[in-house]
Amino acid sequence: MHDFDASAALLEQVNQALNSSTPLRIQGGNSKAFLGRKVVGEVLDTRAHRGIVSYDPTELVITVRTGTPLAELQAVLDAAGQMLTCEPPHLGATATVGGMLATGLSGPRRPWAGAVRDMVLGTRLITGFGKQLRFGGEVMKNVAGYDLSRLLAGSFGCLGVITEVSLKVLPKPRQSLSLRLQLDAEHALAKLSEWGQQPLPISAASHDGQALHLRLEGGEGSVAAARERLGGEPLDPLYWQQLNEQELPFFRDPRPLWRLSLANNSPLLTLPGEQLIDWGGAQRWLKSSASAEAIRTAVAAVGGHASCYTAGHCDSPFQPLAAPLLHYHRQLKAQLDPQGIFNPGRMYAEV
Amino acid sequence: MSILYDERVDGPLPRVDKPALLAELRAQLPDLDVLHSPEDLKPYECDGLSAYRTTPLLVVLPERLEQVQSLLQICHRRGVPVVARGAGTGLSGGALPLEQGILLVLARFNKILEIDPAGRFARVQPGVRNLAISQAAAPYGLYYAPDPSSQIACSIGGNVAENAGGVHCLKYGLTVHNLLKVEILTASGERMTLGSDALDSPGFDLLALFTGSEGMLGIVTEVTVKLLPKPQVAKVLLAAFDSVEKAGRAVGDIIAAGIIPGGLEMMDNLAIRAAEDFIHAGYPVDAEAILLCELDGVEADVQDECERVRAVLEQAGATEVRLARDEAERVRFWAGRKNAFPAVGRISPDYYCMDGTIPRRELPGVLKGIAELSAEYGLRVANVFHAGDGNMHPLILFDANQPGELERAEAIGGKILELCVKVGGSITGEHGVGREKINQMCTQFNSDEITLFHAVKAAFDPKGLLNPGKNIPTLHRCAEFGAMHVHHGQLPFPDLERF
Repeated sequence: MHDFDASAALLEQVNQALNSSTPLRIQGGNSKAFLGRKVVGEVLDTRAHRGIVSYDPTELVITVRTGTPLAELQAVLDAAGQMLTCEPPHLGATATVGGMLATGLSGPRRPWAGAVRDMVLGTRLITGFGKQLRFGGEVMKNVAGYDLSRLLAGSFGCLGVITEVSLKVLPKPRQSLSLRLQLDAEHALAKLSEWGQQPLPISAASHDGQALHLRLEGGEGSVAAARERLGGEPLDPLYWQQLNEQELPFFRDPRPLWRLSLANNSPLLTLPGEQLIDWGGAQRWLKSSASAEAIRTAVAAVGGHASCYTAGHCDSPFQPLAAPLLHYHRQLKAQLDPQGIFNPGRMYAEV
Repeated sequence: MSILYDERVDGPLPRVDKPALLAELRAQLPDLDVLHSPEDLKPYECDGLSAYRTTPLLVVLPERLEQVQSLLQICHRRGVPVVARGAGTGLSGGALPLEQGILLVLARFNKILEIDPAGRFARVQPGVRNLAISQAAAPYGLYYAPDPSSQIACSIGGNVAENAGGVHCLKYGLTVHNLLKVEILTASGERMTLGSDALDSPGFDLLALFTGSEGMLGIVTEVTVKLLPKPQVAKVLLAAFDSVEKAGRAVGDIIAAGIIPGGLEMMDNLAIRAAEDFIHAGYPVDAEAILLCELDGVEADVQDECERVRAVLEQAGATEVRLARDEAERVRFWAGRKNAFPAVGRISPDYYCMDGTIPRRELPGVLKGIAELSAEYGLRVANVFHAGDGNMHPLILFDANQPGELERAEAIGGKILELCVKVGGSITGEHGVGREKINQMCTQFNSDEITLFHAVKAAFDPKGLLNPGKNIPTLHRCAEFGAMHVHHGQLPFPDLERF
């Protein structure tokens, strides 16, 4: 496959869909198709629209077509000593940049370095009016107009076809060191809360039910000093990739998989099944046969929300929205996609 | 083309029956402070963009959420426009009142509701000052990172509305990157929570959409911000250059060395001399440009990075590199930069501060373009630059008492912003569009993009009552503005009707 600007063909397909009021199922590598509700529609495949449009490492910005394989984008950054700070999971070899953006999923570094949306500087979008438009740009600061680009991150293709994105990238840390500390989950959370208030170079923190796993990133001096202070055993950094790609033994449990998003100082949650802690406590993975209602009630009680990661397990994989929020979601969808052709129902039946 | 609200191009505003509205507010909200006499309204006729003034219909100063909610419900029913205002420090006229609208002042909502050191967040009312949050968090070794220059006075509600920045954005992000949750009231007075106590929330990222929406989509009534541990140490290097090009290249070299400074600022010779004259920061007044590079973090790393940056700066041709010897000198180096605006105010009766952003590599060309415009319009321009993130603040020097100078200053300002857009930048990095840059929006966005912005507005405020006329121009305004700016014989909006 070669770099190619296929936006004209994508635009043509959207315009035909608009003319015939045909719903579109937007898809890249299909690596994250399991997430969200099933969409019935004609497939719009973004993968022919690929390639890096511009990259100047000293500007810390890369602009890329959304059909580009995520691995290809990361290889280009890696060669220049830079990275996507949010560590997006691939969840399959075919993952594309568009899928990363549309799902908005971020990896272990997220609490310290921000989410996918925090890297977004600008986008090109094919709209429900059959136009390809540009929002944001390639500069770090830009407050002209509404911030549609960041809104699109995590919108699951429900507001239009994103064809291009400009992302802020950063240099890779000079040092990275992973540690394993023998602590139970409760003590680990208490320690993480204490360390979170101190200027320590922690860039990942997870508890797999056995031990606390930490990653330190920064300059040589700060990493060495933190290593000295925190103790523990060296850990193979492969752990973080296996965590991010859901390849740890925990994920082999046959029960449905849930992602719980919580305040970073939430206590251990008592729920049927097994849990794995990530994001320093702010993200918990749950393997459980408990009902969606039971899980969501427990999570909502501490101000969080739960998403089901097992395809088809429940009709609303994302936490239902409060009535006024749902109303404005529908209003926004109606304004930006008046014919409702973009991934209808992928997030919520009503959107 | 004037930026003041012009119903001919900005759309008709409702005619409000002031006595009837006042009577209803008094009846429904007897304990709400309402200002209505001309002498009481006068102090509210402008925000930080003081060249433009409009007397509001009424000013209300609520103290309780229920009052704001009832007020919005009344205004929604009667069709009365509402302009929200925090501390009134905004530089783009985002809180410029309307003659037919209520000015909703949120300054009395000034309570810090909660500082949670374990959760690393602060929950505050919208009228709380930016700096007050960091001060309240300081006993826990925490702080709120975004630090706009007006942080002593500006309020967090306004920061959310404008997506405020500051000198540490490259490393620590803008307001949008440092928020967890906001409570809002919609145009019809409904309460809604955007974001959550967790790091994300279900559904569309409306928190991102609302941040920087200039009070057009809802009224912020409570803000939960992230707090960060205070960096252990901060050190500042000052480098002098005999050309701005060399200084600009040095910035790229620092980034290329894999270093992200906490702050990275550039000033040109006119700004250096004005600041030195005012603050006596110890700046080299003969330099064509200086860079201030702040490195912060853990002691061992900062030492190491200072040495790396020093080597990069010397390699890049700096004529002098100085490390602030102690905290006092570090503060002095920054004082010069942070007071650059008032310093310029001392050498000119008036100045006009611009806020364009550019890809950094375009700096030499843009500075050359600014110098040419300066000569053409006969007005001096001092350049202060958040060099790390490409945010320029050209300061146009003029004398409003000289006939025509304000108009010339506005004209050159507009040209500078158009130059920023031409090289791939933006008309505003952190000050917002407000009314000030309403015309230049037509340069940065085409009519389809502007139409989509209006669609977003319609989703949240179909009656168009929240801050009408700000941020997004009408297509009529763009058509008229475009007619005055024909490029290469082609109108920017060829498909629009002309009026």
